[in-house]
Amino acid sequence: MAKIWVFAEMVGDQVSQISLEILTGARELGGELEAVVLDPQARSATAVLGEYGATTIYLGSDSQYRDHVAQPHATAVAALISAYHPDLLLFGATYEGRDICGRLSAQLGLTVVANVTALNHSDDGFTAASSIFGATQNVTTLVQGPTPCILVRPKSFTAQSSGGGAPRVVEVALPPGSPLGARRIESVVAPVSGPKLEDARVVVSGGRGLQEPANFHLVEEVAELLHGAVGASRAVVDAGWVAYSRQVGQTGKTVKPDVYLACGISGAMQHTVGMKGAAHIVAINKDRDAPIFKLSDLGIVGDALKVLPALSAELRARGVT
Amino acid sequence: MKIAVFVKQIPDPSGAGALDPATHRLKRAGVEVVLDPGDAYGVEAGLQLADSTGGEVVAISMGGERAVDVIRKAMAMGAGSGLHLCDERLAGADALTTARVLAAGVAHTGAEMVVACTESTDGYTGVVPAAVAELLGWPSLTFAKQLELNGRTARIQRQTPAGHDLVEAELPCVVTVTGGINEPRYPTLKGIMGSKAKPLETLDLAALGLDPGRAEEEIGHQRVVAVEAAPQRQAGRVVEDDGSAAQLIADYLAELKVI
Ligand SMILES: Cc1cc2nc3c(=O)[nH]c(=O)nc-3n(C[C@H](O)[C@H](O)[C@H](O)COP(=O)(O)OP(=O)(O)OC[C@H]3O[C@@H](n4cnc5c(N)ncnc54)[C@H](O)[C@@H]3O)c2cc1C
Repeated sequence: MAKIWVFAEMVGDQVSQISLEILTGARELGGELEAVVLDPQARSATAVLGEYGATTIYLGSDSQYRDHVAQPHATAVAALISAYHPDLLLFGATYEGRDICGRLSAQLGLTVVANVTALNHSDDGFTAASSIFGATQNVTTLVQGPTPCILVRPKSFTAQSSGGGAPRVVEVALPPGSPLGARRIESVVAPVSGPKLEDARVVVSGGRGLQEPANFHLVEEVAELLHGAVGASRAVVDAGWVAYSRQVGQTGKTVKPDVYLACGISGAMQHTVGMKGAAHIVAINKDRDAPIFKLSDLGIVGDALKVLPALSAELRARGVT
Repeated sequence: MKIAVFVKQIPDPSGAGALDPATHRLKRAGVEVVLDPGDAYGVEAGLQLADSTGGEVVAISMGGERAVDVIRKAMAMGAGSGLHLCDERLAGADALTTARVLAAGVAHTGAEMVVACTESTDGYTGVVPAAVAELLGWPSLTFAKQLELNGRTARIQRQTPAGHDLVEAELPCVVTVTGGINEPRYPTLKGIMGSKAKPLETLDLAALGLDPGRAEEEIGHQRVVAVEAAPQRQAGRVVEDDGSAAQLIADYLAELKVI
């Protein structure tokens, strides 16, 4: 039976959402599902990893996994692979996932496929589907050779517990003398209010069409009224209007809300790849030919600087607070 | 100090991309090719470090014959020399092989630091810089939105989903920079003229001391077996705002039970 590993990440003492998504997707492949978790708080992850289908957890809780970036993790995973030879290793397409996967690939000569949104297997081996050109085309790649590594995009699967029981836990020590690499001195969390962009039911995003940073509050106001999160295009993030943590798209976050409201955003491929999974899309753009209208359910050809305040007023008039 | 910057020639990202139906590789023939816009940030970051340390930048590119153009462009921006890693057996190279070639290139130049962008705009695997660092045995400072060098210690603000981490490492190291970390300079006319006289070396797999057999085998560990058009969303209503747009949107939100 194929042995499939998931490299699970943690946020604080919780298993990250993307790791639960990947475990859910990996269950469909059949085979034996196991997880690797390397984090000082790893112990608090075992029960949840079991609930999502992992039957064995390789667990390391060395503080070096917090104080250093990627290098000790890659060394530890390399040692595990050499000992247990999994048939496939899945990572989230996160900052940590990419760094660890890249190093691991180089250490052991493993092939890597990135941007993957679906997994399958054929007679010849596992296949990974990735979307390219702004998700206009799907490419299926067959992976072979020693433990192929796959980086899975967020929101490719919907996390669902399998009701699995307590997994077997195998404690792993960081191999002595492992190079530790870059030091993490401090973590700075930018303050945000309202729901998290990745989880929000409603996302209201603004782009360069808002003309100047002072107008961005029009977007924030509507988002607040709808109990939604504020998103942004890269154009305004690069211009310094809003924090990078708000960026939606290829190099930002992937969101799948019930409603995505795009205001003054042209709909460049690199933006839409991060939001086209929304159930419903509303766009406000003054250019009738803006590409964003090709994927919106309701498109308003108009001035966002007028429509947004009118929308806030209309929502209040309807008793929304 | 010598600083290596990675530059890649890619099909113009503002055009519609296409795959060669026979090889399933990115179509490059007959397509406008440019310096990857992400790489311009890496070149600029490298040049700024070189300026402040009295160092020198070498631009390294793996690619076909035409990739010389992006090396020249980096030299026109200010890089002092170029290294072109070119071998027909590298067509369709995967991330691992690319990393092996680039790492061997860096070792050849004697650079003590690599600056690259976080991922290429066409392939978008995003693991090559970390793999290069591993192959060189260097630490890596990735996803930098700010970068400074104090003596032999490089420190970055590393982007995180929630904000940033302060991360540091000693030289030699690999750094990747995000778009927006700086304002890449445009080549001046003088720079463009001067770039033609700057040294540009070309090396193939053998000259890099890499085993073509291994490259071929590793590239073969992944193979595109199908390419299909992804299902696209259908455009819905598009309405000219006549003053009632806010009501229309509110009606729609009510229909969806969002309000
Ligand atoms: C490697 C790479 C990665 C990228 N990653 C991302 C990413 O993750 N996310 C992302 O968003 N982008 C990304 N981009 C950038 C992307 O290509 C676009 O440049 C960007 O999305 C454009 O942002 P925008 O729509 O706000 O600005 P523009 O494209 O300038 O569009 C502004 C729009 O506003 C409209 N407008 C103007 N005035 C008004 C008004 N008063 N009312 C209403 N509408 C108005 C205009 O008609 C226009 O359509 C990436 C690019 C590259 C090369």
